[in-house]
Amino acid sequence: MVGIVIVSHSQKLAEGVVELAKMMAAQAPLAAAGGLDDGELGTSYEKIFAAVEKVYSADGVMILMDMGSAVMTTEMVLEDLDRPNVKMIDAPLVEGAVLAAVESAGGRSLEEISLRMEEVRATKKF
Amino acid sequence: MDTKKILEIVAAIAKKIEAEKNFLTELDNEIGDGDHGINLARGFKSVEEKLPTFADKDIGAILKGVGTQLVSTVGGASGPLYGTAFMKAGNACKGKTSLTPEEFVAALEAAVNGIKMRGKAVEGEKTMLDALCPALKALKDGLGGGKNFVDALTDAVDAAAAGVEYTKTIIATKGRASYLKERSLGHQDPGATSSLFMLQTTLEVLRED
Repeated sequence: MVGIVIVSHSQKLAEGVVELAKMMAAQAPLAAAGGLDDGELGTSYEKIFAAVEKVYSADGVMILMDMGSAVMTTEMVLEDLDRPNVKMIDAPLVEGAVLAAVESAGGRSLEEISLRMEEVRATKKF
Repeated sequence: MDTKKILEIVAAIAKKIEAEKNFLTELDNEIGDGDHGINLARGFKSVEEKLPTFADKDIGAILKGVGTQLVSTVGGASGPLYGTAFMKAGNACKGKTSLTPEEFVAALEAAVNGIKMRGKAVEGEKTMLDALCPALKALKDGLGGGKNFVDALTDAVDAAAAGVEYTKTIIATKGRASYLKERSLGHQDPGATSSLFMLQTTLEVLRED
């Protein structure tokens, strides 16, 4: 199964998104990388790196993040990891995470889920 | 400029950022998420603690070490941005134990390009680039016009200060301040301000000679 990492400035937000996604797909490998080591708001290179390692398998990992430093710090982790099957995805954090979890649990590949995420980006809530 | 000088500059920047922590955070409270000073001071404090381990390294390795440390400790956007800047500058000085003015320019240019790449930003978006790009240009122009390094760097600091003033007149289109749209007008950019502080501190250390 494709691993999913949720990166946020807030530990609570990252954990909350993982919680919501798990509700739909309990078996999907999800990891939260939110906040700094001391629980303060911010994004931590080490936490993101560790979260990727935690859910990594040959099926790959997709990373969803909130904004600003979350995006840039994730980029730096990916450059250092240098693994083609670890990707960052530009999608709404909550809807994206739920979809990714469901698709991962359903055995879809990283490529297939990436394509589905492209679709969800334009989905309207009402 | 030798290894010892570079270490002195980094230590002086760490002190300056700590001293200006509250000011930078106040600026960021106005148009951002209010963490610039606190984040950067946390990053440079950890750099300061690491400095003794850099003592026997070349300039490239020192700057790269500073960058790596900032990336792991800052926590806000200035972490990956300044982190990338110092790492790219380090790459440009690989293996060197002293820098000519031209090599300093090449390092600063690599740093500025690193920030552009990481932030996907250009001048005029109310970011650190609005201080750094004019400074780089003034430094090049000064040296090209035959000025000595300290005089050219003085021009660069003046250009960066003018750039900080300029950020008051423009709307942010990058970073957290972009959510405020025209409400970001009238406020100087915290990132441009911290970039100015770094250049000012570099100049102050070099003037001591």
